[in-house]
Amino acid sequence: MDKVITASNLTKKFGTFTAVDHISFEVAKGEIFGFLGANGAGKTTAMRMLCGLSLPTSGDATVAGFDVYRENEKIKRNIGYMSQKFSMYEDLTIRENIRFYAGIYGMSDEAIVKKTDALVSQLQMTGNEKTLVRELPLGWRQKLAFSIAIVHEPAVVFLDEPTGGVDPVTRREFWNLIYQAAALGITVFITTHYMDEAEYCDRVCIMVDGRIDALDSPAGLMKEFKSTNMDGVFLQLARKAQRKAD
Amino acid sequence: MQSVTVSHLIKNYPAGKKSVVEAVRDVSFSVDKGEIFGIIGPDGAGKTSIFRVLTTLLLAEGGKCTVDGLDVVKDYKEIRKRIGYMPGKFSLYQDLSVQENLEFFATIFNTTIEKNYDLIKDIYAQIEPFKERKAGQLSGGMKQKLALSCALIHKPTVLFLDEPTTGVDAVSRKEFWEMLHRLKTQGITILVSTPYMDEAGLCDRIALIQKGKILSVNTPKGITKEFKKPMWAVRSAEMFRLMNSILADPAVESCYPFGQYHHVVFHNAENEIQKLEQIIREGNFQNGEIKPVEPGIEDCFMALMKEQGTHG
Amino acid sequence: MGQFIIFIKKELLHIWRDRRTLFILIWMPIVQILLYGFALTNEVKNSKIVIFDQARDEASRALSQQISSSRYFSLLKNVYSYEDVEATFKQGKIRLAVIFPRNFREELMHTNHAQVQLIADASDPNTANMLTNYASSIINDYQQSLNQNQAIPYTIRPQMRMLYNPELKGAYSFVPGVMALVFMLVCAMMTSIAIVKEKELGTMEVILVSPLKPFRIIIAKTIPYLLVSMINIACILLMSVYILDVPIVGNLALLIGESILFTITALSIGILISNFAKTQQTAMFTSMMGLFLPTLLFSGFLFPIENMPIPLQIISNIVPSKWYYIIVKSIMIKGLGLGSVWKETLILVGMTTFFLGVSIRKFKIRLA
Repeated sequence: MDKVITASNLTKKFGTFTAVDHISFEVAKGEIFGFLGANGAGKTTAMRMLCGLSLPTSGDATVAGFDVYRENEKIKRNIGYMSQKFSMYEDLTIRENIRFYAGIYGMSDEAIVKKTDALVSQLQMTGNEKTLVRELPLGWRQKLAFSIAIVHEPAVVFLDEPTGGVDPVTRREFWNLIYQAAALGITVFITTHYMDEAEYCDRVCIMVDGRIDALDSPAGLMKEFKSTNMDGVFLQLARKAQRKAD
Repeated sequence: MQSVTVSHLIKNYPAGKKSVVEAVRDVSFSVDKGEIFGIIGPDGAGKTSIFRVLTTLLLAEGGKCTVDGLDVVKDYKEIRKRIGYMPGKFSLYQDLSVQENLEFFATIFNTTIEKNYDLIKDIYAQIEPFKERKAGQLSGGMKQKLALSCALIHKPTVLFLDEPTTGVDAVSRKEFWEMLHRLKTQGITILVSTPYMDEAGLCDRIALIQKGKILSVNTPKGITKEFKKPMWAVRSAEMFRLMNSILADPAVESCYPFGQYHHVVFHNAENEIQKLEQIIREGNFQNGEIKPVEPGIEDCFMALMKEQGTHG
Repeated sequence: MGQFIIFIKKELLHIWRDRRTLFILIWMPIVQILLYGFALTNEVKNSKIVIFDQARDEASRALSQQISSSRYFSLLKNVYSYEDVEATFKQGKIRLAVIFPRNFREELMHTNHAQVQLIADASDPNTANMLTNYASSIINDYQQSLNQNQAIPYTIRPQMRMLYNPELKGAYSFVPGVMALVFMLVCAMMTSIAIVKEKELGTMEVILVSPLKPFRIIIAKTIPYLLVSMINIACILLMSVYILDVPIVGNLALLIGESILFTITALSIGILISNFAKTQQTAMFTSMMGLFLPTLLFSGFLFPIENMPIPLQIISNIVPSKWYYIIVKSIMIKGLGLGSVWKETLILVGMTTFFLGVSIRKFKIRLA
């Protein structure tokens, strides 16, 4: 199977503080990979290194076949990114936002028009293309933001707590979009605070104090930690954290 | 005695010329003294607006609200002396230390840290080792504890916590709820809002809210009891395809993913197992499993949303 | 009272811990004074000139000598035709040309009247104005020296006197201007930013939900900035007296009193801005566009108001800095007393009352 993300002994130090401590894992093409951890466990730092935004202190990693040290510009071309905080330009319309982000990735005008129509109808937003993003309900915005993050059909999409604060139905609709993207072969790398969402992932890794303390399918983890849900697994692991003060 | 009453509350915000956003639409509920009352709903449901009206920060367009028997419009000065409020963004001075923040809030509420130390001891003790540290350098969980200490320092009769657990990790969330339950024993009424449905069970009573409307007010158990239809949990090796197959059956009312299972409800409660077995058999799904399941708050929330047409 | 004091203490801590802003707050006025004070005098030092002496007599030579030896001018060359004068101007080599008529000495001796033509490059009107003034005053000096030995006074040129600022020091007009600017920046802009910051942080919500009276919140937020601007004024006055040699001719107490009045004006404008600004950027931008620029343009310290079109002259009247500038100039440089500035003072009092009234009325005891 194709390995879309590989990390081996990936480490990031800030001065004497080791934010990410020799983590190693691989993610396959089309896999939905859950990345969990308490605040300050090192999730964001690890994700930044993989996105080519921050250089590792030591260790190796590749994303979409590109090296994080030398080819971070190529990595940026081949990934999509969305976070809860990332909302599109609120004073642009749906169509303008899609156009803008597709344009950044160098898509041709023709392709953009086609893609925009497909995307709008897939999201059932037809007729609203000229609506300003700030006038959309939060759930729509998040779904739109996700669609825009994968508009250039990247190899990997990084989702940083994408579903915070949305209603339970929209949250599930959002997961439908994730499944569809994964079915198209896009690898999904996601962090979340909702433990039931962790169970939707193919595999889950849990970070504690900068290390990966558990990595398996949700079912495997529940078995290993003798818990009926991921909440129990997470609490058992996160309670061991020494890094409390940060 | 009722600590907080809200009756027919309406709150609108102007949005462009002549149009308004109806943030709160005719909401009524009441909170008993010493109760932990949860307002549960997604972002944009109107939680913060309700809190701001009750904390006298906003004037409502309609309805009548009281806190501690006092009117939120007329007696706002008196109410401000009695309540504790922790807004959505933890309102701390990032450039002041933990100790300086606490001291500041104690003084503006006309009290001292020493006077009410007993009340916050439990919470503050956990961050006291870092009292010289600037608030801006604390982790989410610690900021949350400091903000709670600041909201409690003047021994309020009613405590308003607006999304205190948003953006805080699961461990800190759990610890936070344990703290709230200890505070409850001191007789403080607590109103808390949250978008996390799994926190509903930790409240004495809850109001489910969506798009400015209350879907239901009851105890958590009471709400799940209102869910009359039987619910089934189904799983197989291919979850996504399974859901599409289930939804294709016209007898199915709803099917939502819940962790490793799909929760399925039928229009009519008859021969459900057979119908599900048939779907699994015909779709050639491996490792199929079907079992009855008790609906949770989230199931009820989704069912109520659908019923009252507040989705979309 | 304890609430009030801890609020001020907190505010001072904010200012103290934000070292970069504090640094700017303290240094900005000092740098401005130095810049305006020295840069401007440097500008007119050693300005290049040409002399076209058609007379070439004793008097014209002596006067040429005096002009070119002064520290304001340095002689580029002597030219011998109007064409040459024009050519050097076009090359941008000089700022001023001095032209003596053919019979300079004769006219001076026999008719007691003589003319000197001064041609300045007026693309920079301020400098041109200043240079002609310098040249005129040198001519004036020469004329006086002639008159010492002469029963009948000679006059060389249209009479021109430099009132109050005989050395034509730029600092004389800049010191009051910078004072007005500093008050507008420190008091109005910083106060509005500080209040809006609390709104942005969300701390305003908690403070409003406390028994602290809203009006006290505002006063407590303004006092630290009042203190900072007092420090600034002390710095400016000390620097102007000891470094720029601009003395305080008038009554110091009156000057400080008027400054406090203007500070309150600025503070109330700052509060007013904070009432409607939702973000710090808005507050800053409003202060820049609404206060800083008008002070720069319409107070009269950079551009003389008399030279402006009538509509702008009318607009300048609603800029409080204009009145403060007049007051400070009158007291500090002309040495006038309250009797001469009561009108301006009254206008400032009126404006302050208006702004303070509006900002208190509009101050929100709730979130909007």
